Formats: sequence, structure tokens, C-alpha cells
Amino acid sequence: MRYKIEHVTRYTYSSPVGLSFQIAHLQPRDDDEQICLASSLQIDPAPERVDAGKDYFGNDVARFELSSPHKALAIIATSEVDVSRDPETPTESEPWESVRQYFAETLWGQDADSAAAEFLFPSPLVPHSPALREYARASFTPERPIVEAALDLMTRIHEEFEFDPTATHVTTSVETVLQIRRGVCQDFAHLMIGCLRALGLPARYVSGYLLTEPPPGQPRLIGADASHAWVALYVPEFGWLALDPTNDIVPGDKHIMLAWGRDFGDVSPLRGVILGGGEHDVDVGVTVTPLDDEMATDSETGAEADSEITAEATLVAGSTPDKA
Amino acid sequence: MPLLDRYTAPADRYDELLASNGKPRAHWEGVIQHLDWLGPRALREARESMQRQIASNGVTYNVYADPRGADRPWDLDLLPQVLPAEEWHEIAAAIRQRATLLNAVLRDLYGSQKLIADGQLPASIIQGHPGFLRACHGIKAPGGIHLHLYAADIARSPDGHWWVVSDRTQAPSGAGYALENRALLGSQFPELLRKLRVQPLSPFFQTLRDSLAQWAPRDDEAPLIVLLTPGALNETYFEHAYLARHMGIPLVEGQDLTVRNGAVFLKTLAGLRRVHAIMRRTDDSWCDPMELRSESALGVPGLVDVARKGGVLIANALGSGLIESGALLGYLPAVCEHLLGEELAMPSVATWWCGEEEALEEVAERIDSLVIKNAYGFAAEGPVFGGDLDEAAREALISRIKEQPRNFVGQEMVHLSRSPIWGPLTGSLEARLTGLRVYAAATPNGYIVMPGGLSRVAGVKDTRVITIQRGGGSKDTWVLAGAQEELALPTQPADNYPTIITEHDHGTLASRTGESMFWLARHVERADCALRLLRCGLRQQLFAEDTEWPALYAAGLRCGVIPRRLATDKPLSPQATLLNALMDENFAGGPINNLRNVIRLARSLRDRLAPDSWRMYARLERLTASWMRGAHTLSDALEFLDQSLLALITLAGYSMEHMTRDASWRFQSIGRRVERMQFLATALEVLLVPDKGSPALASLIDLSDAVLTYRRRYQRAPERGPVAELLLTDRDNPRAFLYQLESLADHVGQLPGQLPADVSTPLRLLVENLLARKPEDWVSSSAETAALRGLLQASWLEGNALANALQNRYFSHLDVRTTVS
Repeated sequence: MRYKIEHVTRYTYSSPVGLSFQIAHLQPRDDDEQICLASSLQIDPAPERVDAGKDYFGNDVARFELSSPHKALAIIATSEVDVSRDPETPTESEPWESVRQYFAETLWGQDADSAAAEFLFPSPLVPHSPALREYARASFTPERPIVEAALDLMTRIHEEFEFDPTATHVTTSVETVLQIRRGVCQDFAHLMIGCLRALGLPARYVSGYLLTEPPPGQPRLIGADASHAWVALYVPEFGWLALDPTNDIVPGDKHIMLAWGRDFGDVSPLRGVILGGGEHDVDVGVTVTPLDDEMATDSETGAEADSEITAEATLVAGSTPDKA
Repeated sequence: MPLLDRYTAPADRYDELLASNGKPRAHWEGVIQHLDWLGPRALREARESMQRQIASNGVTYNVYADPRGADRPWDLDLLPQVLPAEEWHEIAAAIRQRATLLNAVLRDLYGSQKLIADGQLPASIIQGHPGFLRACHGIKAPGGIHLHLYAADIARSPDGHWWVVSDRTQAPSGAGYALENRALLGSQFPELLRKLRVQPLSPFFQTLRDSLAQWAPRDDEAPLIVLLTPGALNETYFEHAYLARHMGIPLVEGQDLTVRNGAVFLKTLAGLRRVHAIMRRTDDSWCDPMELRSESALGVPGLVDVARKGGVLIANALGSGLIESGALLGYLPAVCEHLLGEELAMPSVATWWCGEEEALEEVAERIDSLVIKNAYGFAAEGPVFGGDLDEAAREALISRIKEQPRNFVGQEMVHLSRSPIWGPLTGSLEARLTGLRVYAAATPNGYIVMPGGLSRVAGVKDTRVITIQRGGGSKDTWVLAGAQEELALPTQPADNYPTIITEHDHGTLASRTGESMFWLARHVERADCALRLLRCGLRQQLFAEDTEWPALYAAGLRCGVIPRRLATDKPLSPQATLLNALMDENFAGGPINNLRNVIRLARSLRDRLAPDSWRMYARLERLTASWMRGAHTLSDALEFLDQSLLALITLAGYSMEHMTRDASWRFQSIGRRVERMQFLATALEVLLVPDKGSPALASLIDLSDAVLTYRRRYQRAPERGPVAELLLTDRDNPRAFLYQLESLADHVGQLPGQLPADVSTPLRLLVENLLARKPEDWVSSSAETAALRGLLQASWLEGNALANALQNRYFSHLDVRTTVS
């Protein structure tokens, strides 16, 4: 399945920004089931410099710097991606405890398994939480095959948590999400990752897009699609198993991957530090357009995606002691 | 040797001074003989003199929760720790080897990770380590050096062997205190140091600095090295300032630096200056809010990316904290063989990382004899002595370890050696447990080790943890040169080194300092004006001469000295209004907040304020605090106002008479003039040429401190014409309006570098306009007074415009792109 994706972020500031540094994770990465055919980044006003590169996890990043005063900043990422993701899951798998035991032992050398061990550990947005482990226990009963248990956990999160873009914000902790049982895809992904890691299983955060279908008979709206996030669990001998707890589905070819990391903090689409700017507003619009016709008639419903994932901006106040 | 009479060797520990036969070790003899020869009285005097020096040099160590206050005086024993040449050579060789090894480990873990691929280290040792900075993986350190300054805490076991207890690899502290200890002890025993041929310390720092310059990126300028500090609240801030001074490099905070186009710049009053190397005391993850901890206000946004491009040398390289981990210790002997082909010369204290299952079992079994520490070196998880715990606590600890085993190490306890201190109360030697921190610096010819170090002694007779944070003391460490050995050369005065940037050169005064000076002066002047207005009003109340109250009230409101009240508020008498203004803590910009800002800014500049002027700020702080605590009577208020105004005038006088006319003084003067000009503009507008109501000339004269002058010069009741002459256009009256404008224009013209031309032009045009008429003409008709009001309002606005221009040009560097490229 081929898609064209346009991801537009527009900042407006109440006073001029004198200096701005940004890191973008906006270019879809490749893996066995997805290939990025073309990708471009348009920035207005034009930055002093743009550097493209890879981050620690192998994601494509662009870093740029603007040092002439501006009151608005637009970042338009356009890409074309071919996705052939197979939503099939292994029918048989080993009991989850043996996977935990495998990763509890010290792994030596560098192979896929010990690389996956990277994702066993707490990360800044997903700290270690016994409470999450307790929540996960209901799915991870003794001797249950790991894939079955993980699918059950995904289903429970989907059923027991309500999608509510107003309930949380970028820094809401997973423990809070567990308490209030509401949130958006980023929260559910963090929650599920926290559950799996608390059990001693490696899990990572995947950011990307989800194709949403317009109601029958209506045209696809520009900007109505959204950033999305899901989870991948490492299953030895199978590899990374993607799971979308927001929608209770195993991602197939409607899920377009951007990047992966330990949590949202590693892969936020835009992260920046600005000097000046006063109050700022941000407006994000994503449009996913299938380039094959067959998709247009395929209408699966109920997919929820999150338009609340926006760029994370840190405002650095000027260094003036007091201008009162 | 009377000094040794009451000092005995313990059976179960190594004593640094006494051999097992009870006799002093050979390398101590010279010291003991000398001290005995001096006698107890001279020793007491020496100690007192040292204490005085510590107080007057301001040697402090900030302890976060210390009842003795934030700045705790440094605790230095009169006796040094003494080490003979042969023993030192062994220690130094072992530390050199260890620094070389740890640097190689860092280079590997932040690069190819061959140690993991080869099975020398488990991947999980870094994967779960919060100090492994993924953003820094792949960054090539200049010259392959990650570790420029390394420190090891070493301790001696009963058999006399040294062990490494821990490694300090990201921003080791204490070397500066060691240097200061030497200066302090050296001034007490100069002849003894010479006689015993004690190795000097300062060449070490010069070599460190020169090496940094060697590896820093090159361009056509002399390399500029800075020392980056988290700020004055840091526990070892004294040391940061001391080291920067000793090494002759500017001390900067994160906000003094900025990243532009792949390079780091120091914001100076003369513009941006390229920084080639940063010696940092800011911890790894706080150095860049862009790619590391986003909440950090201590760092420099974009710094990681500059390092990635090789645009700046950072010492130690970002992420070096990784190998402070106790988890690594157990693997080091094998890694040393693997990387260097040598045996590890100095062993680490036996340490088990619970991340390995067998080690976890071992720790759980032997927990009574172990110290349990956080594997990643986070002090928040303080060491726990297994043997101290009761059954329940032990079980709780073990289950905490089992919950997250990779977070813990168990370490054997070292039976520390003892060293004598000179007890000021007893006047004799007392035994204390001791440990030594030693330092190594990278040079193009390999690591060198500082011949000496920071010896720390436990604060009380028996304790197992020696940390200065918990009240221990320190010792100077004397490494004696061998008979055939030459002393390291004393360091040359730093002045002829090309990287030296002295702050006499106004071009390098850090912008933040200039900015704080500017705001300090503004707040001082603002407080002066506000207190004067309140005093004027209260005196009028006291003498029941308040016919001018409505005008004065209006002026107070306009100048932000009296808070605005809502129509619904209960009406207050004039006296209550004034007293209320003087004590309202919630009145943003009001007099009390103003005074507090003065004190806050003065504190932040304490290093740069002369002791006399600092004392005056401290007095202002005491006066304010005692007024706020008091009963707020009219007489209290007048007393407070008189005393505070006196302090403020003294500060103004200090600045006129004692300060060098450098850029810092220039900014202070501008700050003061801007405030006074704005205050006068409003006061003249409301009190001399009010839009409605009658002028309040007596108040205006009082506010302008011109009562005597007016009386002497005019010898009549206040009239508008003469008042206008005295306060509006008298060039020679430092409280006249014209004086402020001309003085501002003059100062602005002498600022360093180029200001956009339009900054001083409006000031000169305003002066021209003001002088276009005679003073009495300005008050001769309603058309004229309206014109004067317009001129005064325009001047007030120009004050803000000027302040903004300075802010952008000298402090924030927002309009200097063209000078960067």
C-alpha cells in the first residue's frame, strides 16, 4: 500500500523568536515491511542550516537552527511510503515467564536479542512501576503464551480506558493515566510499555500515522488524519510484535511508521528550544492520502487517532533578572 | 617528641603517621620535628591565622541543608597528609593506568562498542544506565580524549595497600580545594614545604589548561577556554571561581553562552566571542535542554550538536558520567588486560553488580558485611550498611534489590586508615579515618597525575562515611620529592598566556554580569526614588502639611510607588496609604519588592562586589527585614526610610568614588540614569505641570533633594519659574532632568562596540528640544505646559527604548547576526 503523507506544523508566537533550535523526527524510517520512497522537509522561514542524520535508534532526524527574528514558523514534512505490514501474529509462542527469564540473565555479545534488551529498562517518560505490573498480571497469568497474553493486555487497555484528548497532556505520568483510565494513544502506548517492562519484557514506542477513513460518501478531509503511536513487544525467534492498544488491533498496512524509541521523548515529531516568543500557539495537521485506489473503498471503522500529539516546545525565558 | 605523647597506633588499622612499632614513619619525621619545635602556642596561632584567611578569602562549601547557612567555611586541618616519593610513584602509575583505561572504555562505549561485541562487558551495563546519553553516542571526542580530568577516591587497607573506592569521571570536584589547601598551609609553613621538598600543585593546572588548548578546534583566534558552572548555589561554587581565577579563564554560566551556526559563543559586552573549549562543572544531562534533559535551565541549548560537529571541546566529554558506575568495577581487571594488555595496577574495592544473577545471590547472602549503593552513582540513594539493618529492614532491602537488581551494587567495606589531625580543643593529635582523592589530567603525552590531592578526614572520631557534605574535614596532601627527583616547575603567571581574558578588558565582561549590574543599579535608584516619595508624604502627614497630598498621591500612583486600589476597596487615610505602600509584599514592583530585588541581585553579584559595598547591601537587607517584622508605626517607618536612604546614598557614592570606569560601571551608570530620568519625567509632569489641579512644588523640591539649594539660591517660597530652572534645565544639578538626559547620551556614546546610531540620537534631540526654550517659558502658558508634558512623556518612553536596545545589543545578542558570520 502506497501513501502520501503531509504533516504540517505551524507555530505562531506573540513576540518575535530570536533564536530557535529544532529537531524533527518526521521522515518515515524503513524496515522489513515499509519503505520510504521520498521525503522532504520545508521550513518557513528558511533556517540558517539544516542537518539530516540518524539518531541513536537509527531514526532519521533533521536538526535546524533559525537565528533571525520570526513570529511564525511552519514545518511541512511530505513523504511517500510503501507499506506492506502483515498483521499476522504467531499462533504459538512460549510462556511469557521464559521470555522474562531469558532477559533477566545477562546477555553477552551483540545480536538482535541483546539489542532488544535496550527496551527492558525504565525510560524518562515510562519509569519503573509495580502498579502497572499489577494491572498487567490479569493478562499475564502463569504459563500463558506471551503473544496471547500481550493481545489480551492490548484488548483490556482498549476496553478499560477511554479515549479522551482533554484528560491528559504531554507530561501526564503513566501512573496517573492508570488512575484516571483516560488518555490518548501516546498515553496508552506508554501505559502498555510500562506494563510489559514491569514484567521484565522488552517493549518499545513506535510513532507514526494511521489512515482514517472518511464517513461513506464524503471526501477525505485535509489535515484530518493525525499522528499516532503504538507499541512493539520483542518476542524471541519472532521479532518485534506491533500492538495498537488505542484501537485494539495488530498494526497492518494502515499503520505508517515514523520512528521508534524508548518512549515519546526519543521520537517526538518536533522538539525545540526557543529564545523569546512570548505566548505560542501550535497547529498541527496531518493528511494521509492512499495512492492506490482499492483503499478508498475499504472502510474499516472505529480507528481513533490522536491529534493531541503536537510538538513539544521548551520555552527558554530571556536572562533578564527583572523588568518589572 | 611531645606532640606524639598521647597518640598511639591502633592494632586493627593502618596508621598514616605511626609504624607498627609505635615510631613515626620516616617521611613524617620532618613534619613532627618542625611542629614540636614550633610548640603548641604557635600551632594554635597558626590555626587561628588560617581560619581568618579562610574567612576573608571566602573559602566555602555550600551544604544544602546546613544549619550554619548556605556558605559553610571550609574545614582544613593544620597537619598535612604526607606521602613519600616511592609510594607516590606507585600510586601515580596506577592512577595514570586507570585514567587511560577508563578513557578507552568511554571511547568504546560511545563509539563502536567493541567491548560489548567481544563479550567483555554486558550490554545491559549501559542499556539500563540513566547516565548513558544516547544523544552523545557516536560523537567523536577531539584526540579521542573523553576524560580530561579524572579523579579517583582511594583508601588504604590495614596491610598498607591502596584500593580504589570509586571513580569520578564527569566533572570531578575537589582539585581546586586541594590547590587552596596548599595556599593556606603553604602560608603557615613555607620553610617546611621547601625543606621537605614538597611537590607543587599548580603546574598540573597549567598543563591541564594548555592541553585543552591543544585539542580545542582551531581557527585564526587564540583559543578561548571557559569554565562552565551551574551557578552560585552549587555546593562547590567557591572552587569553580577559584579554579577559573587560577587558570586564568572566564567563569561562565549556561546563559552566558549561546550556540550559533555550529559553534559556541560567549556573550560579552563587546559582542559574541567564539568559545573553543568548555571545562564544565555542570553535570552531563543538564548541559543541553535541546537534546538532554529538556527542563534544564543550566545548560546551553544546541551544545550537543556543536560537540557532534566538532565545533567545541567539552571537558569532560558529555556522557562521561557513565563509567562512574559501580557496576563496571568488577569487569575492569579483565577489560584492562583486554585493552591495555596489562594487569590492573590498583584494585577496586570488591564490588558485586546485582545485574548478574550470581552476584545478586552473593550480595543477598553476605549483605551484613557489605555496603549497598546505587549502581549508577546517584547520591539520592545513599549507601546503606547491611550490618546496620534489623531483620525486617534487611528483608525489605533485599526485596528492593530484587525488584530492580541492575540498580544496585554491593561493596565490601574498607577498613580505612587513620591519620592524625591537630585538635584545636585539646591542642594535641587526634586520630581520624581518612581517604584520598587523587587527580589525573590528559595531556598529548598521556595522563599526568597531580602530585598531591584532597585528603578528607571523618568529622568525628569514628564514622564510616567520609564526605564533606556530611561534615568531614580536609587536609593538604604533601608528596615529597625523592632525593634524585626535581620539583615540578612553578607555574608562570598566567598573564602571558594567549587564552587569558582579563575582565579589565571591558570587551570580555560576560553579558549576564553586565546585565545584572545594570538591573542592580536600576533597582537601587528605583528604591531611592520610591522611598523618597514615601518619606516626603509621611513627613507631610507628621507635620500636618498635606495640602499637596492629592498631587503627591497621583505621582505615587504613576510611578508605581503606591498601589492602585479598586473602587470597591475601603478608603484609606493618606498615612495608611503610605504605610501600606511601604509594607505591601504583594505589590508587584512596589518598594518592598524593589528592595528585595536589590538584595537578590547583589547576592548574585557577590563575587564582584567590593566587601564595603557588599556590607551596605547586607545592611539594607537587615533594615528591610527588621522593618517588615516591626510594628509599622509612623516613627518606625520614618526611621526605616532615613536609614535605608542613607544606605542607598552610600552605595551611589561608592559607585562614584571607588569604581573603575569600566564597562560594568558604565552599565550601572546608565541603569541609574534611566531610572532617575523616568522618575523625574513623571514627577515633573504630575507635580510641576499637571494637566489638571495645581502644582505641588514643595513636594517636588523635597523629592529632588533640593530643599536647601532652592532656599539658598532663590530665598523665597517655591514658584514655578525658579523650580523649573533648578529641576528641569540645570546642567549642573545631578537631580535635574537635563542632567539625566545629557549624562545618558554621554554614557551611551562611550559604550563598547557599535550601537545602532538611532540609540543616542533621540536623546540628543530631546535635549535640543528642552533647551529650545528658557525654563520659565516652559511653565508660562497652558500650551507650553502641554508641550512640556509631551516632551517628558516622550523622554520616559525613550528610557524604555534605550533599555531594550541595550538588552538586545549587549545582553541577549539578538541583533548581532551579521557580526557572527
